[in-house]
Amino acid sequence: MDQSRYEYLLLLGDNSMILGHRLSELCGHGPSLETDIALTNISLDLFGQVRSYFQYAAELKGDAATEDSIAFTRFDRDYRNAILVEQPNEDFAHVIVRQFLFDSFHLPLLEQLVNSRDETIAAIAAKSIKESRYHLRFSSEWVKRLGDGTEESHQRTQAALDHLYPYLHEVYNESPIEKEMKKAGIGADLATVEAISRNTIEDVLTESTLMLPKIEPRMVRGKQGIHSEHMGFILSDLQYMQRAYPNMQW
Amino acid sequence: MNKKEWPLWEVFVRSKNGLEHRHFGSLHAADADMAIENARDVYTRRSEGVSIWVVQSSDITASNPEESGELFEPAKDKVYRHPTFYELPDELKHM
Repeated sequence: MDQSRYEYLLLLGDNSMILGHRLSELCGHGPSLETDIALTNISLDLFGQVRSYFQYAAELKGDAATEDSIAFTRFDRDYRNAILVEQPNEDFAHVIVRQFLFDSFHLPLLEQLVNSRDETIAAIAAKSIKESRYHLRFSSEWVKRLGDGTEESHQRTQAALDHLYPYLHEVYNESPIEKEMKKAGIGADLATVEAISRNTIEDVLTESTLMLPKIEPRMVRGKQGIHSEHMGFILSDLQYMQRAYPNMQW
Repeated sequence: MNKKEWPLWEVFVRSKNGLEHRHFGSLHAADADMAIENARDVYTRRSEGVSIWVVQSSDITASNPEESGELFEPAKDKVYRHPTFYELPDELKHM
């Protein structure tokens, strides 16, 4: 099996899955009916992408692997998502800022993957790109509204940014697998992605009257499987059904 | 943010090109841009539409139900105003 390509698919899929799971926790709890539906829609978009990545990963893995076994039966160390997407839904500002930081990265990432030498990855990216473009539009609109809104919304959004922004560094930081995939013409060039993402963030923050935090990046290694204390709780929710009823089907 | 301050908007969706926009329902939003985005998520997520209009509900002037007698009843016995006595070719759609 093509181990590196498999691992790269996990890197791509796990970010969407864990963020999608965080958003799904808001189902029925959004601040208004309209935002509740919007966030759940984004969650479903992300899970749709995860399915495509993991169906392909299961194909590469062989050995009776399925999209479900890959999604739900790995141990925490085998998940490759960044720490950023694990961060909890403290308040609406955290939800929006986490989404915005991720979207600012996700869209240029997909724009590169469209040209991947791996045709399946290129096809998944091409399908996901419109979704991601809308996610970025949605989250940046809300960052502007909250940042340039009331005193309280500004304060909370700045607090969320101060908390979440230091985790963004990890997302840009090329891991060995990402380096290998870039060289093979399969993966994205994260330096280019980072430059576009930083531009987007700067533009939106200026309009939002928010300050880019001057905080040292956090040296976290979610992409290598070293997760935050939140991950165990996420997985116990996410994996419950497959652990309790192995191989269950809806 | 107090969502009670968000005004109500009426949403009109064109389900496909060539058809007219139809009233789909209403929702709350802070302004027109947000109303479009909310409408996209609330009313078109099962691909019901290709175009959205929103208008603030307070901008709509409605007829008064108490006046429905003089407004609508006179038309009831004027059956000759309907073009039902013509035969339409099958090719004509959406009449």
